[in-house]
Amino acid sequence: MLQVVTEPRDESAEIAREAHLAAFRYMMRARLLDEKMAALYRAGKIHGGVFLGRGQEALSAAIGLSLNKNDVFAPLIRDTAGRLAFGEPVIDAVRTYMGSALGPMRGRDGNVHRGNPRQGQLPMISHLGAMISVVNGVLFARRLKKISGTVGVACLGDGATSTGAFHEGLNQAAVEKLPLVLVVANNQYAYSTPTSRQFACDDLADKAVGYGVDAHSVDGTDLTACLHTIRQAVAQARAGHGPQLVVAQLLRLCGHGEHDDAGYIDAKLKNSTLGRDCLKVARELLLRQKWADASQLDAWRDEIVHEIEEVVAQVQREPAPDPFAEKWTALSTEHLIEGQEK
Amino acid sequence: MSSLTYLDAIREAQAHALRDDPRVFIYGQDVGNFGGAFKATKNLAKEFPGRVIDAPISEDAIVGLAVGAAIEGLRPIVEMQFADFSAVGFNQIVNQAATLFWRTNIPCPITVRLPFGGTSGAGPFHSQTPETIYAHYPGIIVLTPATVEDAYSMLLEAVAIDDPVIFCEHKLLYRHLKAEKLPTEALPIGKARIAREGRDLTVVAYSAMVQDALEAAKELAAEGWEIEIVDLRSVKPLDTDTVVASVARTGKLLCVGEAWPWGGVTAEVMARVMSEGFGLLDAPPQRLNAKDTPVPFHPNLWAAHRPTVRAIAAAARKILRQ
Repeated sequence: MLQVVTEPRDESAEIAREAHLAAFRYMMRARLLDEKMAALYRAGKIHGGVFLGRGQEALSAAIGLSLNKNDVFAPLIRDTAGRLAFGEPVIDAVRTYMGSALGPMRGRDGNVHRGNPRQGQLPMISHLGAMISVVNGVLFARRLKKISGTVGVACLGDGATSTGAFHEGLNQAAVEKLPLVLVVANNQYAYSTPTSRQFACDDLADKAVGYGVDAHSVDGTDLTACLHTIRQAVAQARAGHGPQLVVAQLLRLCGHGEHDDAGYIDAKLKNSTLGRDCLKVARELLLRQKWADASQLDAWRDEIVHEIEEVVAQVQREPAPDPFAEKWTALSTEHLIEGQEK
Repeated sequence: MSSLTYLDAIREAQAHALRDDPRVFIYGQDVGNFGGAFKATKNLAKEFPGRVIDAPISEDAIVGLAVGAAIEGLRPIVEMQFADFSAVGFNQIVNQAATLFWRTNIPCPITVRLPFGGTSGAGPFHSQTPETIYAHYPGIIVLTPATVEDAYSMLLEAVAIDDPVIFCEHKLLYRHLKAEKLPTEALPIGKARIAREGRDLTVVAYSAMVQDALEAAKELAAEGWEIEIVDLRSVKPLDTDTVVASVARTGKLLCVGEAWPWGGVTAEVMARVMSEGFGLLDAPPQRLNAKDTPVPFHPNLWAAHRPTVRAIAAAARKILRQ
């Protein structure tokens, strides 16, 4: 079922060019933003962890670009590119990582645990697979409200496919025939655990038949293939064909987080086609197709670096959360807060 | 209706919520045409087409779906077939629903109905009273109605609350408790109720234990003791003021709960009275809970596992004689 798509097809050259350029720009922006966060982490400027999407940018950017503004997206830890492409401002990421009181999570949660539910950006909790049924709930609610045309994407890794929440969530979406696209980035390791200790089927895409949903397999290092496959899966879901399971093969080109040197990653995998860097592959494609020249891509890079530096400089001047000004309650209903005057 | 049960009240409250608010829907196992394992949603699927929906046996995904729908502005009511099975949905309740508002400022108005508490013959996995564990987590309201009137009014209020509510309905009370009519007014959630006035001893109880405590108070009245009974109604928030005010009148305290003894609601009440009303106490306060084992199946064992009317009366006498 693996679709080997190495060159653009089914669209005019101009559309293909634009799609690839847009995706590449988000991929590069994500890579540079991730690298900046890693640098700040090493400099001791970021509390908690930093998690990079290195090697997953093609897949992630393709997801973000395939969605509409009114869709719903539950990214996971390696989806900086997808978040940006779906519309998350760079500053939301920086503020959350740096703990700015002005960020979407206001210092209450950090790093990749950010989002803006009313914009369709669901903030992940750390429990893997747990966002699937929440996406289902948004889609289910839209149906009850007679709003049609919404698609929801939930992102997972290979490790999350072992959870009960994955099973319950995908089965639920299938039973309700919800327009869910479940994208599994099989990056070969769940933290340090290789796929041989995670599942025993030949291909995770084979699981789809057990749930009665469509499967798509894609080479996650190939931007063209990612754009094609994700668009197709999203279109199928939008057209009412029920949940779509997309499994992308790729390799995590970094540690689980920046605290992890990833010494456990098999050198053979690194040297295989799985181990190639999707950003480099995409760059070569753009140059080969003459969709961009090197100086233009370098100029973009400089522009993005400048943009990120500006944002970081701004966020560094912003206030940290103040424990004395913090409203120490988890309830929204004022009169039910214990210790308050009733 | 001439006579309404606790179960009727729960069904009527849901019908009322569905009728009044188009954002309300019910999701759970067997809740649709079958009307629920206990018939708490009887005929609702027919009355409200498309809004009372059967779910697969997936408690985690059931609660997760409710959270997603709440983000979209709906007000889901989720039925866990038995409170015991909410353990499978625990992650979504405590990590997803309970943290959503605090993390994002988006409220999470879901009501999770837990048919809870022991009935004879139900055994370890259809009898649990997990109110403590949910009350322990920030961001959750935990309700334990003890009367037909409260079952109705508190469930209606629960659906209107913008935060996740764990609604504990006692299975023993479902068909056993009756009232003449549904209430038109009620104490707000967060206020405890004096279920019986007395001057000799305060018994704090909630859910079915209120009924058992009332029975025990009748026995003790025959012996000349006047027992005051505080029905907590909601265990979180906990109305410490009403409890302490009662202890101020009686000077003695017994807390009764059907849950296990380690920690829990009775321990919380004791701790609060000790720190806020230590000087009011004329005797060491006591508490009475279930035994520290899973809930047994056999009626002989089951009846001895949870506090009974006789056990409550005996515990009360011990304090009263001090």
